[in-house]
Amino acid sequence: MKYLDEYRDEKLFRSQLARLQQIATRPWVLMEVCGGQTHTLVRYGIDEVLPAGMEMVHGPGCPVCVTPVELIDKAVALARRPSTILVSYGDMMRVPGSESDLLHEKARGADVRMVYSPTESVRIANQNPGSEVVFFGVGFETTAPANAMVAWQARRQGIRNLSLLSSHVLVPPAVEMLLSSPHNRVQGLIAPGHVCTIMGTEAYEALAARYKVPIVIGGFEPVDLMEAIVMLALQLEEGRSEMENQYRRSVREEGNRRARELLFEVYEVCDQKWRGLGEVPLSGLRLNAAYKQFDAESRFGLENILVDEPKECISGMILQGLAKPKQCTAFATLCTPESPLGAPMVSSEGACAAYYRYRRGAEAAGEDMLATLQEGA
Amino acid sequence: MKADIASLACPVPLPLNSHVVLGHGSGGRLSAALMQEIFLPAFGNPVLNTLNDQAAVRVETGRVAFTTDSFVVKPLFFPGGSIGELAVFGTVNDLAVGGAEPRYLSAAFILEEGLPLETLRRVVQQMAAAAYRAGVSIVTGDTKVVEKGSGDQIFITTSGIGMIPDGLELGPHHVRAEDRILLSGPIGEHGVTILAQRDGLEVSGDLVSDTAPLTDLCRAVVKAAPGLRTMRDLTRGGLSSAMNEIAATAGVGIALEERRIPVSETVMGICELFGLDPLYVANEGKMIAIVAPEDAEAALAAMRTIDTGAGAQMIGTVTANRRGSVVMRTKFGTDRVVDMLAGDQLPRIC
Repeated sequence: MKYLDEYRDEKLFRSQLARLQQIATRPWVLMEVCGGQTHTLVRYGIDEVLPAGMEMVHGPGCPVCVTPVELIDKAVALARRPSTILVSYGDMMRVPGSESDLLHEKARGADVRMVYSPTESVRIANQNPGSEVVFFGVGFETTAPANAMVAWQARRQGIRNLSLLSSHVLVPPAVEMLLSSPHNRVQGLIAPGHVCTIMGTEAYEALAARYKVPIVIGGFEPVDLMEAIVMLALQLEEGRSEMENQYRRSVREEGNRRARELLFEVYEVCDQKWRGLGEVPLSGLRLNAAYKQFDAESRFGLENILVDEPKECISGMILQGLAKPKQCTAFATLCTPESPLGAPMVSSEGACAAYYRYRRGAEAAGEDMLATLQEGA
Repeated sequence: MKADIASLACPVPLPLNSHVVLGHGSGGRLSAALMQEIFLPAFGNPVLNTLNDQAAVRVETGRVAFTTDSFVVKPLFFPGGSIGELAVFGTVNDLAVGGAEPRYLSAAFILEEGLPLETLRRVVQQMAAAAYRAGVSIVTGDTKVVEKGSGDQIFITTSGIGMIPDGLELGPHHVRAEDRILLSGPIGEHGVTILAQRDGLEVSGDLVSDTAPLTDLCRAVVKAAPGLRTMRDLTRGGLSSAMNEIAATAGVGIALEERRIPVSETVMGICELFGLDPLYVANEGKMIAIVAPEDAEAALAAMRTIDTGAGAQMIGTVTANRRGSVVMRTKFGTDRVVDMLAGDQLPRIC
């Protein structure tokens, strides 16, 4: 497949790896920010073939994983309202709230619908004038413009039965928080390519300069990631700390201007709670005054739902790169994809799910499976 | 309403309405009319035509394979197949991978009130054609009607029996280290076809379900490989589930090689688009066979002579270590655990 096969090319990958082995003389600690990048690394075992001592830390870049529990509880509360249709992405369905998730609500009779495009919810609202339709959308800068389009179309078309429950987070403030932490171990960053496709490269240039950390904007395929790692190693070995763009086929310096305009037509920057990180100043987006009427939280009085995170789950440490999923005592015991304690185990982009799926101790996996089958029989 | 009047056994059929009504499942005259006008013309055979409460069939002595499966696919008709074909081939394939010669099927229908009779007729005709292709007879059945909203158009349950040739013993417990794993062709075609249909995705290219009977293919493997250990058709849960089940029940490890697992470009593209892994996507006309190492080449060659096995590949080996788990060697030479799916595959967010 064009634009895919070349970035999964084995020879190219191996030559990059050989180059890395020549360049890297020290045990550099690098972080890939985006969950999509984490999955590629773990799925292809890329982090395991790096030169001895070099380490990949998995960053907070899975939007589902950083969505606070209380937002899930708000979505559950909405799903339970009569004459309400809750519309969301498939990823959100199994994310555990404090006592339920959307799949269970759906099974109990709630009208919860899974879509691939947020603007489907506009169509659903038009087709169901007797129901309140709520689009539940989370995401980084990548998904925010498409979600903004829902509010924009609703306002333009004068749709009254449609609103948004959303949690949008911005990558640069979270990265800044990680880099400025006294516990920070990260010496080089692979920045999220698709976020930069929308937002451009400026913010990362500033971060690289301020924290003297090399940042490479990276793609999502094995060859992309290996090339980004090589670029970071080269900078670190040469003592440079610049912003470089590996994902040039998608990311332009100025980003996608039209998407950004739409974003700020609808949203404004606000303080934002991140699951696992806590509140990060100016790291989120909320509907601005002109679009406040489409805010589901105020429309349905959900502001008072406040929830603490489960204590066993160390997703905070994992999202900050301070622990690996396997270091969690609940990993693959109390916490599994069937009954996740925290979102990193649920989302297809979560670091814990990636480890569970591709990296679980093979012996243990077999025993689990045998036990499950014996129970079933 | 077009009915083949000439083929009717009943002299004065009650005229059918255009849609299924509750009375069609009452056991009364409407039920009889449904039988006479839709089921008998399609399925008619000497056993079914007796209209007894049970089918009495003659079988030779030996071991009988018996299986059952239910079908609830939506949409009912899709490129490459329909619920009717699935209902026949699904059960036929469950028999065939046990080494059995499929013989007789039962078919039970749960119809939703309001279903167009023309839709039912089409499904039933496709079942009849599928049964003919697979060499089985539908010899008994049942129909119930549920109120509108209590079902989804048509649900079909088929059960089947087949005869297992003397001396043929298949099953995961025969699997040994060093055995070879053969896959009959490219994976994921049924699952992505259904997905693309449901989401109204317009895909250019050759995207059709692989719905097909595996009887000939299984027969060919049985004949070519005296050291055949087990066969399994790949349905829900895809290749990954079948491999994990065998690894767990046989207590062996399974080592797959990514580069040898065939996936068409169209399937790969749709999986990329939806964030799915083809290893977990459903198939309806693919199987794996595990054979002794010395039989692998012969079995593979035999599979490739059959239409449904034209794309067969040897995709891996049974191992004595990492018992109970499936590990795949990626293109990059790294190893990845191929786990069982927890729930449905959910699409990714970005």
